[in-house]
Amino acid sequence: MATVEVKMPQLGESVHEGTIGKWLKKVGEPVKKYEPLLEVITDKVDTEVTATESGVVQEILVPEGETVKVGTVLARIAPEGEPVPKRDGGVPAAAMQREISLKHDGAPPMAETPKAAPRISPVVARIAEEHGVDLSQIKGTGREGRITKQDILAYIERRATMPAPTLPAPPPVMPAPARIEAAPAAGDQVIKLTPIRKAIAEHMVRSLQVAAQVTTVMEADMSRVVSFREKHKDEFQRREGFNLTYTPFFVQATVNALRMHPYANSTFADDQIVLKRRINVGIAVALESGLIVPVVKDADEKSLLRLAREVHDLATRARDHQLNPDDVQGATFTITNHGVSGSLFATPIINQPNAAILGIGAIQKRVVVTPEGAIAIRPMCYLSLTFDHRIMDGVAADSFLAKVVEELERGGFKL
Amino acid sequence: MPTKTIIEAVQDALREEMERDSRVIVLGEDVGLKGGVFKATAGLYEKFGEMRVIDSPLAESSIVGVAIGLALNGMRPVAEIQFADFIHPAFNQIVNEAARFRYRSNGAYGVPMVIRAPYGGGIHGGLYHSQCVEAFFAHVPGLKVVAPSTPYDTKGLLKAAIRDEDPVLFFEHKKTYRLIRGEVPDGDYTVPIGKARVVREGKHLTVISYGLSVYYALEAAETVADEGIDVEVIDLRTLRPLDKDTVLESVKKTSKVLIAYEDNKFCGYGAEIAAIIAEEAFEHLDAPIMRLAGPEVPAVPFATPLEEWFMPSPEKTANAVRELAAY
Repeated sequence: MATVEVKMPQLGESVHEGTIGKWLKKVGEPVKKYEPLLEVITDKVDTEVTATESGVVQEILVPEGETVKVGTVLARIAPEGEPVPKRDGGVPAAAMQREISLKHDGAPPMAETPKAAPRISPVVARIAEEHGVDLSQIKGTGREGRITKQDILAYIERRATMPAPTLPAPPPVMPAPARIEAAPAAGDQVIKLTPIRKAIAEHMVRSLQVAAQVTTVMEADMSRVVSFREKHKDEFQRREGFNLTYTPFFVQATVNALRMHPYANSTFADDQIVLKRRINVGIAVALESGLIVPVVKDADEKSLLRLAREVHDLATRARDHQLNPDDVQGATFTITNHGVSGSLFATPIINQPNAAILGIGAIQKRVVVTPEGAIAIRPMCYLSLTFDHRIMDGVAADSFLAKVVEELERGGFKL
Repeated sequence: MPTKTIIEAVQDALREEMERDSRVIVLGEDVGLKGGVFKATAGLYEKFGEMRVIDSPLAESSIVGVAIGLALNGMRPVAEIQFADFIHPAFNQIVNEAARFRYRSNGAYGVPMVIRAPYGGGIHGGLYHSQCVEAFFAHVPGLKVVAPSTPYDTKGLLKAAIRDEDPVLFFEHKKTYRLIRGEVPDGDYTVPIGKARVVREGKHLTVISYGLSVYYALEAAETVADEGIDVEVIDLRTLRPLDKDTVLESVKKTSKVLIAYEDNKFCGYGAEIAAIIAEEAFEHLDAPIMRLAGPEVPAVPFATPLEEWFMPSPEKTANAVRELAAY
């Protein structure tokens, strides 16, 4: 069946002929089965004649206005999937020809023009990986130039007989970190990595690999925070049953700054920056075995008291290994309080996929010069902000950090 | 070795098993005096008498229900459903009772019963004598589903089915009954349930099939061999349990698969094969898994051109093979 004929239909018992009103499709146009192909006028009815097969209109045999008898062939359709002549010695690629002829509106199939990036089938991808094959070196013989399994196997066979150095090793996507020669000497102790150690190692290295990290440092006068805490801590301890720490103050100051600096609460993704609607603050908690970052969810909706309770709860459960998977997910910004171990300032590594991490140094009484020019003793604290330079530049990062400082120094806390 | 038709292979298997084991009895519509509408039970009534070859009422639910009862009481019934199209009234007995007995009795009771049913179209049977029903039953844990294509396998698998401790549905493609001849040894042998067979080795693509479609696949393979396409053909023989090893091994070799079956495509038996290959051999595929199956109409039509449109054929199979080879 090379083509399908469209004939003048019997449009009524006593109707023996019909006039072509209008052709709705041109030669070369694709047509779907049952799609109107032409209008026919008879002395009883005017109606549409539909295509009997999907395909391409190959020929129109009767022009508009002409009257012909029922059964006269009006047009020919080249149906889909029609067998076509064999190609050179090989397989008649019916489907391939079909696609090409449809694309070119019935024009004769052009010489094969392989697409720039043909699809790679799973087996070809696997073989290429296993044998280190650069697929751009292979000319595919499949449909639309696709590289078939047989193509790649033939290539590997040919390659085996070619002189070896013609193929430069493909450059690795990412430079592999140099392996440290760590052969233990006599008396050295070898510690096997615990799962948490391994996870930390991987996260830290990956973060440094993917983000452009810059650290900026500012100093905050903690007088108002310290005096507020001194004033309330005993009563707080009685009422709540745990110690009021500085952490909730830092969380609140950070949240207030994040509200005004959405880029510090974002994620870098390929060709876009996603500004996060929710503000979920991760708090790094030191454990004996390592470090974990539970998350205060929607910290922007919570009072200082609520933040204090949640930070206490999360830290306690972290140390007791009672955190749920949900507790450590979804941080949009992270705070690390390295000051608890006496560190003044640090260059923390961003907790991916955050835009920044805030490091809090130890609060120390230092001699400072007040804005009025007097010398005073104040509880001071260095705040280190490591930010992703892909997302923010120095000015924006400093502006955010200055806001954190301002929030801490402003006072007006409420429990 | 004598050459026999598939219907003769069925007759031989039934007669030999009834001779071998007095617990084996046959029941169904017209299986006795008439010897079955396809003559599958011809001669049994005369040889074994009315106590072992039972003409049943026209009530499939009762045929299977009675067979279950017989099986539970130590017999080895072989029930015949005259056409697979009529098996549906017995669906409840098969699926709710026979299939579950071993499971719900914690392994204590099995239902060692065989249900034979001629299936498939291409014989001008029309809507009620042409159906493929295997997918309904292959879905059910607790059933074994066998669909042989050769006289040799028919005899060997039917004997294995009769000796099986659990219910086996034994589907015989009725168009093959007298169309297919093949060598069948005299005497006793069995073919294991659950083993497929590579009936033709090839390296470019695999056609997986069963029943009548196997022959179309073989014919298509010969046709395209002249065009340089080397086709492997697998006859599944048993649909449940599926011989995954044979299927996956072939897929790993050829990386292209056509599943050819007569039932309509959607949710047909081939869908499960395709899913298993996608799950377990994804990295070996060099082309989308392809199915050649019946069109989505409720039954096989009666009119000749419509029946031809419905049914698989060597030409349809060869065209599908060519398309897959060219991918």
